[in-house]
Amino acid sequence: MKLESRIPSGPLAQKWDRHRAEIKLVNPANKRKYEVIVVGSGLAGASAAATLAELGYRVKCFCFQDSPRRAHSISAQGGINAAKNYQNDGDSVYRLFYDTIKGGDFRAREANVYRLAQVSSNIIDQCVAQGVPFAREYGGTLANRSFGGAQVSRTFYARGQTGQQLLLGAYQALSRQIGAGTVKMYPRTEMLELVVAEGVARGIVTRNLVTGQIEAHSAHAVILATGGYGNAYNLSTNARGCNATAIWRAHRKGALFANPCFTQIHPTCIPVSGDYQSKLTLMSESLRNDGRVWVPKRKEDCGRPPASIAAEDRDYYLERLYPTYGNLAPRDISSRAAKRVCDEGRGVGSGGRGVYLDFADAIGRLGQKVVEERYGNLFDIYKEITGENAYDVPMRIYPAMHYTMGGLWVDYNLMSNLPGLFIAGEANFSDHGANRLGASALMQGLADGYFVLPYTIGGYLATLKPGATLPLDHPDFRKAIEDVAGQTRRLLSINGSRTPDSFHKELGKLLWEKCGMARNRQGLEDAIKTIPKIREEFWRNVRVPGQGEDLNQALERAGRIADFLELAELICVDALTREESCGGHFREEYQTEEGEALRDDANFSFVSAWEFKGLNGSGRWDLHKESLVYEEVHMAQRSYK
Amino acid sequence: MNVSLRVWRQKGHGAHGSFQTYEARDINPDMSFLEMLDVVNEQLILKGEEPIAFDHDCREGICGMCSCVINGEPHGPESKVATCQTYMRAFRDGDTITVEPFRSRAFPVLKDLVVNRSAFDRIIQAGGFVSVATGGAPDGNAIPVSKEIADIAMDAAACIGCGACVAACKNGSAMLFVAAKVSQLNVLPQGKPEKDRRALRMVQAMDAEGFGNCSNTYACEAACPKGISVNFIARMNRDFAVALLKNKPA
Repeated sequence: MKLESRIPSGPLAQKWDRHRAEIKLVNPANKRKYEVIVVGSGLAGASAAATLAELGYRVKCFCFQDSPRRAHSISAQGGINAAKNYQNDGDSVYRLFYDTIKGGDFRAREANVYRLAQVSSNIIDQCVAQGVPFAREYGGTLANRSFGGAQVSRTFYARGQTGQQLLLGAYQALSRQIGAGTVKMYPRTEMLELVVAEGVARGIVTRNLVTGQIEAHSAHAVILATGGYGNAYNLSTNARGCNATAIWRAHRKGALFANPCFTQIHPTCIPVSGDYQSKLTLMSESLRNDGRVWVPKRKEDCGRPPASIAAEDRDYYLERLYPTYGNLAPRDISSRAAKRVCDEGRGVGSGGRGVYLDFADAIGRLGQKVVEERYGNLFDIYKEITGENAYDVPMRIYPAMHYTMGGLWVDYNLMSNLPGLFIAGEANFSDHGANRLGASALMQGLADGYFVLPYTIGGYLATLKPGATLPLDHPDFRKAIEDVAGQTRRLLSINGSRTPDSFHKELGKLLWEKCGMARNRQGLEDAIKTIPKIREEFWRNVRVPGQGEDLNQALERAGRIADFLELAELICVDALTREESCGGHFREEYQTEEGEALRDDANFSFVSAWEFKGLNGSGRWDLHKESLVYEEVHMAQRSYK
Repeated sequence: MNVSLRVWRQKGHGAHGSFQTYEARDINPDMSFLEMLDVVNEQLILKGEEPIAFDHDCREGICGMCSCVINGEPHGPESKVATCQTYMRAFRDGDTITVEPFRSRAFPVLKDLVVNRSAFDRIIQAGGFVSVATGGAPDGNAIPVSKEIADIAMDAAACIGCGACVAACKNGSAMLFVAAKVSQLNVLPQGKPEKDRRALRMVQAMDAEGFGNCSNTYACEAACPKGISVNFIARMNRDFAVALLKNKPA
């Protein structure tokens, strides 16, 4: 299989404009004769569904929540980047592009990232026009703040609820189309199978989560905007319902999975408190604008109240190790630094897995009122969870699984290797390389949905005949429906002695230990041996009560966990194969003397794209490589010192 | 700590429901209320019983999916938090805790604690948006918005659409939810061109969904996990009255 990235020719800065000018168009009168399925209603899905419907296509949109407004994009706190240069601090499209490529440790596709930086500006304009209440200066202009990995202030925000406000903007645009009858919305509906006929994506099979009814939907194109797979680790900052089922079932039907081992551990989360824990809560990276990260210099001081530890006995390790970026060092680097100081026994809080994020200096400098205005809701969340008041005592934070840079492989048009199947937002692999910078997820989700897919999908649809889609009684549809019904029956009939969640916890713990912030050959080989055993026991011993024709949350979870049990193996296989350290993928065997990631550009500057071959044999996946060619950027060792 | 739970169990929409009692033993006070329900559900599954169905997702108080009435209060005893941010330390050892779904004519129960809130979506579809298609928006700074106005809009926009306001209201009124969206968009310059239409259509849609009239008891604000102010209701009433007068048929 040859991977065609379809990157347009010409100078980097002109590729997108030129490509847009050359994409085939669909006649406006014909657009209503094309049907597009959008799975997921987060930033990427809602913006794509709304925009495609505005253009005149007939759209069906699916989400598993009770309303499209609840997609997990809503939880993003800090902000969205855009190269507006409103602060006159030297920002530009090129600088945002370069920061993103460098932040991704030179493992992203240059042309995609440049396009992302180009359209970033349009996103802000669009969202403002929708009535998104971004923070403003007294003069009425838009306010900005800084985020990790950048030396300019380019992040737009709406208090600590930027994701919520951007998602509601997209949700409202989508609602306008639903009201107008151009989008048919299917809430509480989960995609369980992709229908591929003669190598082309032609529709999906879904389960109505209230009635259990299994249904088929046919279309000219299918867009998956179903988010990342961080919940494979069980404990993550993702919403409890986030899952990889849509992309995993597509992968099993032939879509390549790219860079699965590129996972992001977020440095500022509330530490784990017990076994019962169901999720980890993020404290926005924006807190690092004003908060200072430290641990005691001496192990003996770890148990003492933080206020009683004198300034000279504190180790502000990010400021010490990375003086240029200080507390705003990128996420992967900050997370590993926190792990190192805790490994040295200098962690704080119960279990010693925590570091302080201290606002005392900021409160002294700015006053409590200003700090409250900037971060009030985050301090509230912290207090609700821990019972501690962070205005008085420093927050305790620790890294947690947060985001996945890997995802289904796509070309420049965001189309997977299966014609007709498009992937948007976190579900694809395209823009963040081996590490994503803060405030770039919102940017990418909306870029894909508002400004990329609406153009590129037209180019694909223009090659198809308008009108008829694959009939629902086609053998490929019938087989997909039978597969879904069969899996449901099988899960309900095992009647074993363990709950679905117990398997998820076991898997998550293994992944976090063997394929978390640091990985090594031995650990990965162990995990690759252990995961199939957990999977085998799951299918022999899981207990799923209730019926299929009903609202059955245990059944929903069991199906998702079954997919995580397969995906987890691929994450480890990819991590084992990539014998270098880059971004969020840190192999202990490959590090500099100072403990920083050591890339191997000569051998590993490629995208790993894995093809599913079946779980029964020994070669479960075939590796295809897309080499990363940098026309504009010189690959350098990433330094934030 | 140990607590007893009286939980509303109902097979499906239209089915007869009743309270069932469950014991939750050795509960850590640092657990969230939903994590406590997770523990109870794990035990039910192992006993071969159906776990308690409840809505939840983000578990950090922003998605608006969770929706329990705990001891008679939507989202439970703590002020300005959602069910998912309620922690067991808010209860005492030995307490009996009553857990019910959000109850309202416009929110039919689907199963146990799960209700159908799609009426809210239909109200937004009627006018809770600015009619601007993708592309062609002017530069963000071309529409200046004073900080004061932006702050009012943001206060209103903080609504998470959970429906606690409806569940708390003795009339099952959705005034706070609708007023928050009408106000957010109507105070901003971007929303002005559709100000009248928005107020009229959203109020009309609200009435059509079977929500009751405003009770003026402010129970909605007290139950709101985001503390949305009832002042927005006054604002919407004004916008609605003006729109009605301006659009009075001749």
